[in-house]
Amino acid sequence: MPIGPYQSPLAFISDAELDAHHASQLVEYQEASPQPAGLKLRGVEKRFGDNQVLRGIDLDVPAGQFVAIVGKSGCGKSTLLRLLVGLDEPTGGRIDFVDDAGRAVEPNSRIVFQEPRLLPWFSVVDNVAVGLGDGVPKAFGRREAERALAGVQLSEKAKDWPSKLSGGQRQRVALARALVSRPGLLALDEPLGALDALTRLGMQDLVTDVWRELGFTAVLVTHDVAEAVHLADRVIVLDEGRISLDLEIPRDRPRRHGDPALAEIEGKLLDTILGKA
Amino acid sequence: MTTVDTFSEGRDIRRIREDRTPSVATDYSNPPKGAAGNVARAGDGQPARSRSFSGSALLPFLLPVTLVIFWQVGSSAGFISDRIMPSPVAVVAAFWERLLSGELARDVGVSGARALSGLLIGGSIGFLLGIANGVSKLSEQLTDTTLQMLRTIPHLAMIPLVILWFGIGEEAKLFLTSLGVLFPIYLNTYHGVKNVDRDLLEMGRIYGMSGWSLFRKVIFPGALPSIFVGLRYALGIMWLTLIVSESIAANSGIGYMANTAREFMMTDVVVLALVIYAVLGKLADVIARTLERAALSWNPAYQDQGE
Ligand SMILES: Nc1ncnc2c1ncn2[C@@H]1O[C@H](COP(=O)(O)OP(=O)(O)OP(=O)(O)O)[C@@H](O)[C@H]1O
Ligand SMILES: [Mg+2]
Repeated sequence: MPIGPYQSPLAFISDAELDAHHASQLVEYQEASPQPAGLKLRGVEKRFGDNQVLRGIDLDVPAGQFVAIVGKSGCGKSTLLRLLVGLDEPTGGRIDFVDDAGRAVEPNSRIVFQEPRLLPWFSVVDNVAVGLGDGVPKAFGRREAERALAGVQLSEKAKDWPSKLSGGQRQRVALARALVSRPGLLALDEPLGALDALTRLGMQDLVTDVWRELGFTAVLVTHDVAEAVHLADRVIVLDEGRISLDLEIPRDRPRRHGDPALAEIEGKLLDTILGKA
Repeated sequence: MTTVDTFSEGRDIRRIREDRTPSVATDYSNPPKGAAGNVARAGDGQPARSRSFSGSALLPFLLPVTLVIFWQVGSSAGFISDRIMPSPVAVVAAFWERLLSGELARDVGVSGARALSGLLIGGSIGFLLGIANGVSKLSEQLTDTTLQMLRTIPHLAMIPLVILWFGIGEEAKLFLTSLGVLFPIYLNTYHGVKNVDRDLLEMGRIYGMSGWSLFRKVIFPGALPSIFVGLRYALGIMWLTLIVSESIAANSGIGYMANTAREFMMTDVVVLALVIYAVLGKLADVIARTLERAALSWNPAYQDQGE
């Protein structure tokens, strides 16, 4: 180690060594790249007291797929999502996370709610850094958070308080926070529900973009059947705690709003949900 | 896709987390630049508005200044007897005399130290109990009912008992002041912790916060507005208790100064003591407000004040 005229007591690690240290971790990381987690649900049930909300859900979602869940209010969509990300335990059946070869994987799941749930006393960039969890070096966390913010096109708001942002911008911050740790599974519970129509369309494209870029498995709950059809590879209709329809959306991306083929699928789904099929 | 390229250089955060455990010292008392500091000043560069601004800043002082002028005129003309009420000039003279002799500094220092140590002791106990009972069910069940019962006793009603316990020395004053500030701080801290947004707590747990980090990042900042309410309330009680306990018995302090002056019928010094209490009380409140505004600058409710 070079001895200069002044040596700080903390100078036992040089910057170069520190960078090399990070770099070696990077290599290990890229070998064990973040894996999208496929889902395997078998007979999943959930009851609250006497109220049986989920009555045996069987579902296979290949890793990296974009699934939308639609259904009437109160049919158990949010309940299912909370089980997927481990916020609640199922009262019956089991949930496994698997890769394409069927091997168990760690899902590193994240969830975005309808409300952004940002900490009002943290700046935007610090809110995103929350997504990295505790014990991350501050400078490193900032850098990652800024990268994620750029991913949702909010770099210029990094130092603002959340209270200064619009509803759509706050939701983008929440999305960046969920994505900054590169999840294998992202659950979205009506994330665009509180936004106006135009902001919604922009956010839909953003969600599609980040999903295609990062390759996580996405499970989106929405009230808006058109949104489900526009975004997802596959739409699942939940009715009284069971899957009543499971429909592939065989359209290439980017999808156009107002595509007649998508409109037809949308009509079919609405008929099922409203019980006219 | 240019918009999301920023995600593509991945890094393993988890791995780094295992190797070292440095603290993420996210400091909420230090507001991000450009957020808190840029509150627009009312009437910047607008003559019409800045006139009404300076007018409204002076307006609150119109009444007190007028009263003091009338008071002085009344005293000089002999309408107000010196034995009832000294003239403002006499009060200022008393102030000057005691300032030069050094008595004033000593008395204010002694009273200030009493007030502060009482606030520190009672405030810390109240704060810790409030936090403990807010986060721990067990602690709440053990102590909350007792505290709620104790707080209904006016703490000044304890004076006879306190004199029996501690005599009339410093301990008695410290005990009374601490007891007085304990409850408002306890109640507001407890209330603040209990009312932290459930959704934010759940969010914190989703992102792996627990224990100390959940407290530091979510619970404490969430409870802070309420804690400040408790603090400002406690400051009022602190001065009140101090005035009362210093007039029971003391051989230094502002209360002592006022009491000895009363024995010699020096009304100017008595009034001086009142003025000093008022100034100290106001000063404490201004400091608390400044702290509050700095610590809560994230809160839109505190961003447009003070104009
Ligand atoms: N923590 C809970 N305790 C008791 N019952 C609950 C709980 N969470 C949900 N439920 C019940 O489960 C049922 C389904 O709720 P859930 O929130 O999953 O519906 P949802 O499909 O998401 O509805 P919405 O579209 O309105 O959001 C409801 O009847 C609700 O009352
Ligand atoms: Mg729901």
